[in-house]
Amino acid sequence: MASLLQRRRLPRDTWWAYLFLSPVLLGAFVFVLAPAIATLFISFTEWQMGSAPSWIGVENYRKEFNEPLFWRALRNTAYYTVGIIPLNMAVSLLLALALNAPIRYRVFYRTVFFMPVVTSVVAVALVWSWLYNPDFGVINLLLARIGIQGPGWLTSQQWAMPSVIIMSVWHGMGYNMVIFLAGLQGIPVHLYEAAKIDGANWWSEFRHITLPMLSPTTFFILIISIIGSFQVFGQIYMMTRGGPANATHVLVLRIFNLAFRFFHMGQAAALAWVLFVIIMAVTLIQFRYSRWVHYE
Amino acid sequence: MSERADVSQPSRVFSPAARRSGIWAKRMSATGRLLLHAVLLITGFLTILPFLWMLSTSLKSEGTVFIYPPKWIPDPIVWENYLEAWTFLPMGQAYVNSLKIGLIVTAGSLFTSTLAGYTFAKLQFPGRNVLFVLLLATMMIPGQVTLVPSYILYSYIGWIDTHLPLIVPPALGGAFGVFLMRQYYMTIPADLEDAARIDGCNPWQTYLRIMVPLSGPPVSALAIFTFMGSWNDFLGPLVFLNSQVKFTVPLMIASFQGLYSTNWSLLMAAASIALIPVLIIYISAQRYFIQGITLTGMKA
Repeated sequence: MASLLQRRRLPRDTWWAYLFLSPVLLGAFVFVLAPAIATLFISFTEWQMGSAPSWIGVENYRKEFNEPLFWRALRNTAYYTVGIIPLNMAVSLLLALALNAPIRYRVFYRTVFFMPVVTSVVAVALVWSWLYNPDFGVINLLLARIGIQGPGWLTSQQWAMPSVIIMSVWHGMGYNMVIFLAGLQGIPVHLYEAAKIDGANWWSEFRHITLPMLSPTTFFILIISIIGSFQVFGQIYMMTRGGPANATHVLVLRIFNLAFRFFHMGQAAALAWVLFVIIMAVTLIQFRYSRWVHYE
Repeated sequence: MSERADVSQPSRVFSPAARRSGIWAKRMSATGRLLLHAVLLITGFLTILPFLWMLSTSLKSEGTVFIYPPKWIPDPIVWENYLEAWTFLPMGQAYVNSLKIGLIVTAGSLFTSTLAGYTFAKLQFPGRNVLFVLLLATMMIPGQVTLVPSYILYSYIGWIDTHLPLIVPPALGGAFGVFLMRQYYMTIPADLEDAARIDGCNPWQTYLRIMVPLSGPPVSALAIFTFMGSWNDFLGPLVFLNSQVKFTVPLMIASFQGLYSTNWSLLMAAASIALIPVLIIYISAQRYFIQGITLTGMKA
């Protein structure tokens, strides 16, 4: 040890650095890394809160994979993700393009479109439950004005998930819009100038300059949006509790129910770990197939 | 790099120079602009429609909520709904709780994140890269994964039904804030740091006198971001709190729903109580909110 220290003197700031990092590292270890690893161990035990845990191997995973509700929740989560991602990306990109145009009052519009982002998902989910009310909700009342008989929205097995998706697009579009907007502003002007000299039209500029130059932004939004959509919980808890007939039962709701309604800690931990693996896999696959992302 | 809009100075995002350039440059006719305004106005109206409908319903009497065709302006206007929603459940207490938790978390995590960000950006020490990568890796672990063991840990140390699980872990700073601050401090010239060190400042003094005063934009962004995250958190309070006097605002709203499942005017009054102050703060400081997202989003 002494010879090691003699051979490589520690940089003079070493102890300061460790001192400065200690709160963050302590937090990351005690409240993130250690619990994440503990989840793996707990997932191999039968643990009803209050009693001692007993090791049961992969039983929890076996049980979970044989549980129809797990597959239902997985399908629903996938449905939610596949539904919300393209919709949210399209809406927020369109809004960003519009707000990047040379028009007045852009700050006003931006303020409006971003407004839902700052609100608590629980409070606005409550508001949307009322908007979606089949008989007296404003959505069906407005639809009735133009002669459309609206569906039962949250009470319909078919429409419940689309309803949650629409509400979530509304809640999240402003966030991605602002990120897209910053991405658009970051595209070097001379590229467009060059294209204009070459006589390019709006569409080919959009197709060959805007989209490729925006692709790092798009990729970033895609990654964080998909991670977020696998964790959807608040709006579902408030609007449907997973119903009707499990039509909106998603993975995080199942984890919550298993752990805090039925107190099957082991099985909840197993499912949490499965969710983690799915999120990691989906993220890695996106990085693997990210050749469409154009870095300068 | 010099030609890219500098997102770390959001004032430039909407600068006239940026306005005259880009894909739209001088291409918009008056008709095109008018059309765009029309589309944006309609979209904007649809965006705020839920809030308008919430306000309208919150001022209606229980009977007039279900009148067809619906009226946007309630008649009579029932202000008492707010009084009832405010007093029926301890909504004031929920505000105090959310505010307390949010402020401590924000202050704590700003301190720990800037300190750690500075350390990773400017100090030399063994294990720097390994620790940084390890910290970034924790960003990828979703909160649900740590939920069960955290709950078990907190019940052993007596933290269940206290605010501590909502305060202590986030106040110790997260990977996200550290990463944001590190990226920012990397852009501060080494000369400044060197000058301070030659003058005999130790790393703590350098942090305090050089780095902290220069951290303006990303720190305000991080502050808003952290506070919003804490204020709007739902799963944490739902799992860790039991007694009503300790509830945060979102949790109180959720329990309103359980109690008044069909009294929509009272429910909307409760939702308004939760949302209106937030919206007022947002509208009066919208620039900072959006700066926050731009900065934190783009740098990540």
